[in-house]
Amino acid sequence: MLYRESGQFKTTYAADQAILPIKQDLYFVILAILIAVAIPFFVSNYVIQALLLPFLIYSLAAIGLNILVGYCGQISLGTGGFMAVGAFAAWNLMARIPDMPPLVAFILAGLIAAGAGILFGLPALRIKGFYLAVTTLAAQFFLIWLLQRPWFVGYSPTGVISAQTIEILGWRVDTPVDRYLFALAVLIVMALVAKNLVRSATGRKWMAIRDMDVAAEIIGIRPMITKLKAFAVSSFFVGIAGVLWAYLYLGQLEAEAFDIYTSFDVLFMVIIGGLGSILGSFLGAAFVVIVPILLNVIPGALGLPLGTAMISYIEIFIFGSLIIFFLIVEPHGLARLWSIAKQKLRLWPFPY
Amino acid sequence: MTFSITRKLGAVGMGLIIGMTGLFAAQAQADEQYLPSLVYRTGPFAPSGVGFADGFADYASLINATGGINGVQIRLEECETAYSNDRGVECYERLKGRGNGATVVAPLSTGITYALIPRARRDNIVVHSMGYGRADAADGRVMDWVFMVPTTYWSSSTVTMQYIADQEGGWENLEGKTLVHAYHDSAYGREPLALFRGYAEEYGFTLEEMAISPPGVEQRSVWTQIRRMQPDWVSLYGWGVMNPTAIRTAASMGIDRERIIGGIYAAQDDAVRPAGSAAVGYKAVTFHGPGRDYPIYDELQEHVFDAGNAAGGGDQIGNIAYNRGLINAAYIVEAWRQAQEEFGEGEVMGREETKWAWNQLTVDEERTEELGMAGLMPPINVTCEDHEGGGLAQIQQWDGESWNALTDFMEPDLERVFPMYRESAESFAESEGIEVRECD
Repeated sequence: MLYRESGQFKTTYAADQAILPIKQDLYFVILAILIAVAIPFFVSNYVIQALLLPFLIYSLAAIGLNILVGYCGQISLGTGGFMAVGAFAAWNLMARIPDMPPLVAFILAGLIAAGAGILFGLPALRIKGFYLAVTTLAAQFFLIWLLQRPWFVGYSPTGVISAQTIEILGWRVDTPVDRYLFALAVLIVMALVAKNLVRSATGRKWMAIRDMDVAAEIIGIRPMITKLKAFAVSSFFVGIAGVLWAYLYLGQLEAEAFDIYTSFDVLFMVIIGGLGSILGSFLGAAFVVIVPILLNVIPGALGLPLGTAMISYIEIFIFGSLIIFFLIVEPHGLARLWSIAKQKLRLWPFPY
Repeated sequence: MTFSITRKLGAVGMGLIIGMTGLFAAQAQADEQYLPSLVYRTGPFAPSGVGFADGFADYASLINATGGINGVQIRLEECETAYSNDRGVECYERLKGRGNGATVVAPLSTGITYALIPRARRDNIVVHSMGYGRADAADGRVMDWVFMVPTTYWSSSTVTMQYIADQEGGWENLEGKTLVHAYHDSAYGREPLALFRGYAEEYGFTLEEMAISPPGVEQRSVWTQIRRMQPDWVSLYGWGVMNPTAIRTAASMGIDRERIIGGIYAAQDDAVRPAGSAAVGYKAVTFHGPGRDYPIYDELQEHVFDAGNAAGGGDQIGNIAYNRGLINAAYIVEAWRQAQEEFGEGEVMGREETKWAWNQLTVDEERTEELGMAGLMPPINVTCEDHEGGGLAQIQQWDGESWNALTDFMEPDLERVFPMYRESAESFAESEGIEVRECD
């Protein structure tokens, strides 16, 4: 009833090919964006800095990984490494080249991360599945080791460096609201790019490779170019996410902060959110970023007399159980739950 | 039947929750000095995190049980970081506005310290990184809100060198000797390298740099190489499981443990206990007295342990990490006490007052005696220029049962380290647009 598409006629091809062909979806997305822009003015700084900002940045990383894993079917455990490459590239570009505009540095950093992605994507031309997972795992460890060499951190004795302040055309991205809005703007633009990319010929080629690479090759898709493109685009997104993580969230750069657990986290987001779904990347990021923090905050807010360690154990326990629960209930991820709900809403309240 | 039992249980549970909430709210209303405590009681580094957290919390309990800071009670709240940077930032943001507002934070990890320095500057909160963190914060002219009290990696390493020279009978005898620096292959392990290189050049001994890749559970090949170098002294900068493995492997290679000197984070109980008898004789540099033979432990026994208020399981009491927690809290409390002397006794101190107090914080030997912590807590003297407060450190030795102090607190070679602090701090000031303040 609420969600009925009958009566929405498409009279042009353009209308038929729109990103959101159903009006309700369009309204929903516009509403979501409006809320996202307005929300920092209504919630506390804690919510902006500790919940929303990491959510936005991890969403971007999850979109990046989803392009590779969900759309092109190439598994990667090197996400943390590529995030680190992006972050350290941005720092070095800005520290070593005088008067480097931050935006240019960020885009170049993304391109450098894309280059690293292509390099470590080369084995994908010969191997797949678990074997590829192992080579990307090697990328993770190698990149983190490499970025700990003194040159990359400007010979800082502690190996940790402070991120430079971002200033774009006189706008100093400094307060929590500024940081949030900057991350949001980047995310909206890049999510739009991603959504269009996966609907384009490139995206269809990725999916063909994912579904059956031999068949895809026979119908004329060149696996090398297609796979490397997926690695490049994915690493670009992930690299930009790394830049935002270092510059907007942490305010410092340390290679060890992008360890293997970061890679696992992003992979969980993609799997829990839904492989091959842009929306799923958002849902997965929300789940993995926000749920553990809520679980950690709730006992304190209720005043339960639990020790700090006990609260952490409960957090890990419940969070792990939730992951298993969702995967059993819906192996195709939260995005799939959403589309089932949409399907039901179409018929509601007369599902017969 | 079962239904009603479930209901009853539910009602009891709700009652409990509501009761606790009431208690919680009542606590928050009183005039209290709020103290956030970022801890890591879980995760891979928990063995050194738990003791620290317990000592930190027990000192606050002791102050509260003995009348507070001139009547002002401390409200301590813990937040679990698991030693991860992002959770550390989340904890800081969560706690900074609680109670009467946080005025000082001890991040307890170098990575978190870096993340908090710009945030704390904006929020006007003091950062106290004890031993870890960025060494150049010791130059108080640049970062007036960051403090390295009582020492840094660099200053404590000069004390290690002084000890070696004393053992050899003078600096001139170092010529031709071999010092191996076996280190965690990360920036932390490389931190004292520049310093050691300077010494090696000046006094003509050989410095061998041996990186051990983390986590360091297998080190046989490294120590085989080290034995071949026939070292006169070994400096060990490990972390976590690397330390006991290093000591055990060194022992199996026949390297004299009395000639291995650990850095300040290779000086805790988790470095030696797992190594068992192999660790007997192992030495380490530290910035506080070991053991529990101090009057403050009698007070803790009376007011905290016997009252059943010991934090955690009470099984950490008296170990190195615990003592570090104690003195960390003690410096923080002393700063508030001195702030109260200036701005009004018995009042809750704000951020401006706390920062003022830290910038002149002086705890002399007499005061550590009054606190029952003479020999445990090194005296410090913070000035506008020196945010390290003197950098005292001492050498301790493990006898298989406990750590024993081998020396008194020793003066570091500040003339050697301060130019390094200044150079690094000035470049930070330049990149951040911070004005280097004039000190007189």
